[in-house]
Amino acid sequence: MIQLQGINKSYKVAKRQTGLKQAAKALFYREHTTIEALKDVTFEITQGEIVGYIGPNGAGKSTTIKIMSGILVPDTGTCTIMGYTPWKDRAAYVKNIGVVFGHRSQLWWDVPVIDSFELLKDIYKIPQQDYQTTKNLLIETLELQEIINSPVRQLSLGQRMRCEIAASLLHSPKILFLDEPTIGLDAVSKIAVRQFIKTINKEKGVTIILTTHDMNDIEALADRVILIGKGSLLYDGQLGELKKQYATQKTITADYQKNSTPLQIPGTQTLSWTPERAIITVDTDVTSTSEVITQLSNIVELKDVAIEAQPIEDIIIQLYKEYQI
Amino acid sequence: MRVYHSVLKLRLLMGMQYRAAAIAGVATQFFWGFIIIMVFQAFYENAVTTPPISLKEIITYIWLQQAFLVFVTIWFRDNELFDLITSGNIAYELCRPCELYGFWYAKLLAQRLSSALLRCFPILIVAFFLPKPYDMTLPPSFTAFILFISSLILGLFLLVAVSMFMYISVFLTMSPTGSLLIFSVLGEFFAGLIIPVPLMPEWLQKIAYVLPFRWTADFPFRVYSGHIPQNDAIIGIVIQLAYILCLVWLGRLALNNILKKVVVQGG
Repeated sequence: MIQLQGINKSYKVAKRQTGLKQAAKALFYREHTTIEALKDVTFEITQGEIVGYIGPNGAGKSTTIKIMSGILVPDTGTCTIMGYTPWKDRAAYVKNIGVVFGHRSQLWWDVPVIDSFELLKDIYKIPQQDYQTTKNLLIETLELQEIINSPVRQLSLGQRMRCEIAASLLHSPKILFLDEPTIGLDAVSKIAVRQFIKTINKEKGVTIILTTHDMNDIEALADRVILIGKGSLLYDGQLGELKKQYATQKTITADYQKNSTPLQIPGTQTLSWTPERAIITVDTDVTSTSEVITQLSNIVELKDVAIEAQPIEDIIIQLYKEYQI
Repeated sequence: MRVYHSVLKLRLLMGMQYRAAAIAGVATQFFWGFIIIMVFQAFYENAVTTPPISLKEIITYIWLQQAFLVFVTIWFRDNELFDLITSGNIAYELCRPCELYGFWYAKLLAQRLSSALLRCFPILIVAFFLPKPYDMTLPPSFTAFILFISSLILGLFLLVAVSMFMYISVFLTMSPTGSLLIFSVLGEFFAGLIIPVPLMPEWLQKIAYVLPFRWTADFPFRVYSGHIPQNDAIIGIVIQLAYILCLVWLGRLALNNILKKVVVQGG
């Protein structure tokens, strides 16, 4: 459904040091550096997938989204989405996609949200019947009843984001690009949005590509992740695989009856220790959690044990470190 | 077509929200109108030779200019469009399945229409009832009136096509200030908004007649007062049409070309 082959894109950026003297110099001679935003990016996405597209700041995530949505022309490489080349067949192609740019707005600032929706209805030539159904569904699931008649400028960031997402979905796109869609959302809205994304993926088979810095979004939604750093693809595979490979640590918090000897268990590391409580990490490559707990109960009289998997965020940090990005 | 219609509608609704701006605008335009009329009055009283256009015609010219200010001035712009380009929010406009030129054209047209609708009637009505010699007069014939309406509307279409180049230029300069200044100073001067074209020195008139700007303001206003005879008016309307077609064609070409190279600002 989506195929990118050897996409390259570089930007020319004017640079100068701070200060008046440097600014004056820049009047006559301007230094440019070329930044390679994307280097030989190749991947393929099939219909109905949810793909998490991750990477640190400035890695090239947004550039890829822009190319895939047809608003940026790459220097070299081919991109075929649903049989179209996005930047060439733009008008015909964009009918099929929905885009949410988390830090931009598509709603008209001074008029109620519903007016922007009505305009989008005409822009995308959505039949009245379909429009009503989709709109009602969006209003219900994204909880927009109370805000849909207010001017956009009077909405909070989170409220506006929910409206933006709804606006991008009015025309029932087959592919959805989400560029940091959960910016500024509170916990409840985040969960509502995630739930909603899952639903449209399951029920309507919408293919979704998601960039975000909130790893919980990725964990909740994406089966597959693509990692990009400094413009190059570094990892492309299942999230589960990634976890298996990197999440080799578990943290055990144990409360026990007063005991004065520090714990010595092979394959573990003690993070903190008091006579009544210890936090240790287990390297699951060396030993298993159950083995460690058995040993623990031999040494001390356990009162309570909590086991936590390594948070996804740590895995990502480890990944970034490993790839030196 | 539906799209353009609903952009127009939305923009009209939005423009109507700003009542205070409209009232303030009307007041300012009366003030300006009076001052300019008085200046011309002083000139005319001391004129050595008979000017090529009568004071009566000038006064009508000025009131029309004030009433339809938003139809004829280039500085009346859409800052939102400038922001879209410089901030990169144009990203959204680019992933819509309609042509950007038409979409923006409709937006700009609607913005001018909505402002004019609120402002022109109070000014025109009051101007008719002003004491002599400040009052506005009816056009010499009904045909002249019809010709005026057609040329005014075509003038509006032409002006929007001209102003489009200003927005397109911002893609290159990334700052609207320069384009705005050049376009409004040159455009408005040669449209006869500062000095009516017939009062310009002859060599300047020649330049004004070659440029498209005068067809937006000077021409319809003089058709109204009958200073331009009906036969010339009909020829003028054909010229207006030709200009519109030509400028829209060039504008679309320029915009589509620039969009191929555009870098959407911001990440």
